[in-house]
Amino acid sequence: MAKLTLVFFLSFLIFSSSIAFQSDELLVDDDEFGLEGAKPRSTDLYTSSSSPQQQQQQSPTIRRRYSDPTDLDSKVQFTLEHAFGDSDFSPAGTFSARLKTWSHGGKTLTKLRFSRNDFSAEEKDAFKNLLKGDDFYRIRLPSNVVSPPGREFVVASVRARCLPRDGLDEHFIIHMEGANILAVSYGSPGACQYPRQFKLPAKWSFNSHTILKSSEQAPRTPIFTEEILGSENAEGEVEPPPERSFWAKYWMYLIPLGLVVMNAVTQASNMAEEPTGGQAGGAQVQQPARRR
Amino acid sequence: MAIRVFLLLLLFLSSAIVSFSLYEDQAGLADWHQRYIGKVKHAVFHTQKTGRKRVIVSTEENVVASLDLRHGEIFWRHVLGTKDAIDGVGIALGKYVITLSSEGSTLRAWNLPDGQMVWETALSSAHHSKSLLSVPINLKVDKDYPITVFGGGYLHAVSAIDGEVLWEKDFTAEGFEVQRVLQPLGSTVIYVLGFVNLSEAVVYQIDSKIGEVVAQKSMVFPGGFSGEISSVSSDKVVVLDSKKSILVTIGFIDGDISFQKTPVSDLVENSGNAEILSPLLSNMLAVKVNKRTIFVKVGGEGKLEVVDSLSDETAMSDSLPVADDQEAFASVHHEGSKIHLMVKLVNELDNVLLRETIQMDQHRGRVHKVFMNNYIRTDRSNGFRALIVMEDHSLLLLQQGAIVWSREEGLASVTDVTTAELPVEKDGVSVAKVEHTLFEWLKGHVLKLKGSLLLASPEDVVAIQELRVKSSGKNKLTRDHNGFRKLILALTRAGKLFALHTGDGRIVWSMLLKSQACERPNGISLYQWQVPHHHAMDKNPSVLVVGRCGSDSSAPGVLSFVDVYTGKKITSSDIGHSVVQVLPLPFTDSTEQRLHLIADTVGHVHLYPKTSEALSIFQREFQNIYWYTVGADDGIIRGHVMKSSCSGETADEYCFTTRELWTVVFPSESEKIISTLTRKPNEVVHTQAKVNTDQDLLYKYVSRNLLFVATVSPKGAGEIGSVTPEESSLVVYLIDTITGRILHRLSHQGCQGPVHAVFSENWVVYHYFNLRAHKYEVTVVEIYDQSRAENKNVWKLILGKHNLTAPITSYSRPEVFTKSQSYFFAQSVKTIAVTSTAKGITSKQLLIGTIGDQILALDKRFVDPRRTLNPSQAEKEEGIIPLTDSLPIIPQSYVTHSHRVEGLKGIVTAPSKLESTTHVFAYGVDLFYTRLAPSKTYDSLTDDFSYALLLITIVALVAAIYITWALSEKKELSEKWR
Repeated sequence: MAKLTLVFFLSFLIFSSSIAFQSDELLVDDDEFGLEGAKPRSTDLYTSSSSPQQQQQQSPTIRRRYSDPTDLDSKVQFTLEHAFGDSDFSPAGTFSARLKTWSHGGKTLTKLRFSRNDFSAEEKDAFKNLLKGDDFYRIRLPSNVVSPPGREFVVASVRARCLPRDGLDEHFIIHMEGANILAVSYGSPGACQYPRQFKLPAKWSFNSHTILKSSEQAPRTPIFTEEILGSENAEGEVEPPPERSFWAKYWMYLIPLGLVVMNAVTQASNMAEEPTGGQAGGAQVQQPARRR
Repeated sequence: MAIRVFLLLLLFLSSAIVSFSLYEDQAGLADWHQRYIGKVKHAVFHTQKTGRKRVIVSTEENVVASLDLRHGEIFWRHVLGTKDAIDGVGIALGKYVITLSSEGSTLRAWNLPDGQMVWETALSSAHHSKSLLSVPINLKVDKDYPITVFGGGYLHAVSAIDGEVLWEKDFTAEGFEVQRVLQPLGSTVIYVLGFVNLSEAVVYQIDSKIGEVVAQKSMVFPGGFSGEISSVSSDKVVVLDSKKSILVTIGFIDGDISFQKTPVSDLVENSGNAEILSPLLSNMLAVKVNKRTIFVKVGGEGKLEVVDSLSDETAMSDSLPVADDQEAFASVHHEGSKIHLMVKLVNELDNVLLRETIQMDQHRGRVHKVFMNNYIRTDRSNGFRALIVMEDHSLLLLQQGAIVWSREEGLASVTDVTTAELPVEKDGVSVAKVEHTLFEWLKGHVLKLKGSLLLASPEDVVAIQELRVKSSGKNKLTRDHNGFRKLILALTRAGKLFALHTGDGRIVWSMLLKSQACERPNGISLYQWQVPHHHAMDKNPSVLVVGRCGSDSSAPGVLSFVDVYTGKKITSSDIGHSVVQVLPLPFTDSTEQRLHLIADTVGHVHLYPKTSEALSIFQREFQNIYWYTVGADDGIIRGHVMKSSCSGETADEYCFTTRELWTVVFPSESEKIISTLTRKPNEVVHTQAKVNTDQDLLYKYVSRNLLFVATVSPKGAGEIGSVTPEESSLVVYLIDTITGRILHRLSHQGCQGPVHAVFSENWVVYHYFNLRAHKYEVTVVEIYDQSRAENKNVWKLILGKHNLTAPITSYSRPEVFTKSQSYFFAQSVKTIAVTSTAKGITSKQLLIGTIGDQILALDKRFVDPRRTLNPSQAEKEEGIIPLTDSLPIIPQSYVTHSHRVEGLKGIVTAPSKLESTTHVFAYGVDLFYTRLAPSKTYDSLTDDFSYALLLITIVALVAAIYITWALSEKKELSEKWR
């Protein structure tokens, strides 16, 4: 088992080393990409107004971002708009972030902050109507954060009854490609029970969780050169089959053999009385074999 | 444990080594292959040498072929690439077939008897333009007149012997477009007539030996030409002016140009726009005015006069010289269910040389093209035969008042395929008498026994083969127990629906789409409309054929409902709105008609069938019906939900408005959608869980609402190799189509399309090109559900404290993870499909349509993302193959064995009733069908299983038991007496 893990670890090393090499080549500021040597993860950036756990998890990465300010950064703001059912869109909150421009021309958003406006009285009524009708609560974001709204708005919707818990829990996953927003996934942070029950929220304030996601890089297809195979072999005796007892290996042969022997023994004892019963004995020996 | 290991290993070995290859004598038992050529564009008859009479044809499927005039069989054929459209075909030197393709940039010569390529010449071409091939008709074989080719602004003279370019003239600067090339016999000067900017006629006299311009004359025509041209004699052409109201005769005798204008209104009263028809008639031209065809005779001085007029639905051939310097042409017109073929002399239209009436199948439509050929009858008079192309693209040869042969060339352009069951055998009808007598039955089995004991002589082998085909009863028109006999319904581009029998591929019935609104609707797609299996058992199953009047997507749609058993149209309706998308819903009404939604261009959806019952079913599920649209041009995917009935706008209660729920906007500067794919809606997934090696469970994320999208950088959308790896990247997405959530997103740097993908259960396999590695790659993505991962505890399952039966809603935040792995693949791919079986238990195979037009079956186990370099013992037991960097191509696993499905476009799989077996149907220019058993036929005995051998063995054993028993009794007795 230890050998096995070693092999896994080795192969993992091979993978990861080749991957690390790749990110080195592609990106100038390598240290921006989170954990070095790890599988290139999507550069998820969590901001959360009420989820300290997540923030703690991600804080090292964020800290690193903070410690690396560049002159090319610029601040951007874009608004979240919402609509109740078929109503028109109206502003509902503001995202502010820092736009980092890379020397090779790429742009990424960092330090995303979100401030959510509370519902006004009319909006509360509109939302209650949505809850009653099990209708859609819709939000939209500009598709380009530098020059909003860009080409088109990115729209997402959720059944309004999915949102209320204690407060109104919402969860954004914003898929980015440079300064462009591809899509936004919007919904409750956890499950949404079906059938959806009509339930008013206890308090009319939003709990917002936001994740920025950019594209994951596909790992390179491993190329098994002589070298790698050689090193594998040099490791020697790769994984001998786990040793099993003699009985475990050959029981299926041993049992019939034992039966045959037992039969033969009883026959032999019979034969002692009847010396000419040889042929019959032979026939009897076949019996267990036939029965199987 | 050990025995399990042993069994598993045995299973693994047996499936891995023996694989799925076929024995030589099994070829053709379950599979069939049909060869087609497509709708014929040009036909050149070759009758110079007596003996084998053949016709050379080129088709819209870019096929050049030589057909037997007696039987319609293909002597040879070549399928050129999809972008290599044939512009012209001719015969040079009496032995070479010359084809000009790719807008006049490729010239090829094929040897006439056997179709070997003799030479190929790439010609320079500056821009897209009409192309022209002029092959000199020389009777002296030894003298080499050059072939003149115009295309892309260049005029080339090419030697017919070896394809060498003798000279070329660059006309790109002048914008000169060659219309006609004239080569007077015995002269070295050729006349080249063309237009500059469609307003100036220019004639060049060029020395055909060296390509030098001897003389040049030009003349401006003030009105401008429309480009339609017909050459009426060796020194005259007739063109239409830009307003299509004046016929201009251009004479260029000895290089002098003269115009003669004749307004069409002088010829016909109240004339509208005129159109010059393509047939070339000597000293005459055919013009279509006011929906009638008029024949206009061109006099010596370019004077035009009308000599005859015919109804619009007449097809004509080019004229052909017959005896005594006279020319004849053929015309075909319809009258009821008959067609009339007439051959007339051009000079005397009243003199009908041949008049034949032939009964014609209604489902072939109208005659599109006629090619005429003459021959000398036994009584030394002139005989004529005509090759006609019908509206359904079929090709027929008419001779002596009969259809000599016909080819269903519509099947070369199949657009959609579905399968249907055959009728159940009626009680009264006994199972076809295959085994007549006991003697025959015994004889058959003895033959089989001989075959299996390798004792059979070659004649016996043939007899066995015949017997097998016969005894399988595979050609019967009734349902069989195993579900091997089925109908394949294929819709063709011409709008004809064919039902093919899986047993031998014969056409059971065919039907041409019709509509009141338009002449001939195009077929778009096919859907299962009614499949009775629980209720309405007395009804025949039916399919829905969606068609469209015109090629534009906003054109009104036509729905036809066709009875599968009889091939008769039940009803057909002009629905009055356009068809953008057809969504089969997972609901059926009491007669098992499936509910369908049809989306139009306005953004409304329409419910079919239009019954109140369907409406009530639909209203019940109104809240839960979602759909999406993919805008490939603007790079936006939109999700929609039903909003309300559009009663405010129209009175139609089956019409509904929708509203937008979500959008995914791909940045136009960096991503362009090149491929989208969903799972097959009728796919069966046997198990939702996958057991890992360490006795761990993984739950498959099996959702019907997943959409696979692949995008590339706009630069990388072109040909492979047109960009550097830095400029191109490929991004793939898995998107939930209810909420628009992106569940998986992976970018491949330095990769390029085209992407061919297949989506089944919880995995996607896609094929693309890796520019860095200079190889094709295949990537697999498997998506697993984590929200149900805690349901591993047996106690939880027993006590019911699991969430396995809880309804799944897309509005819950999905907890999924993906596994993916990439492999190199040595071949480029045309299409990928996956086998599908009745219950989904049988392991799956990928069916890869390779660039060589063959189908490769690759076990899904090879594209398992859990493959590692050194699988542990436990993993090996599970059947995990050690990781290799490329996927193996095992020659035995080509399911098409020795055949090629030329011009392969798609592969369709359908389950049979037997779980182990799946139907595979591949279409392109050719059709191919076979049955596959991805894990061998573990649930049935093979056809060649020898029951006689089994019987004989049993009898022999019983006899042996009795004999030995008697012997031992006897011996015992004698022992006792001793």
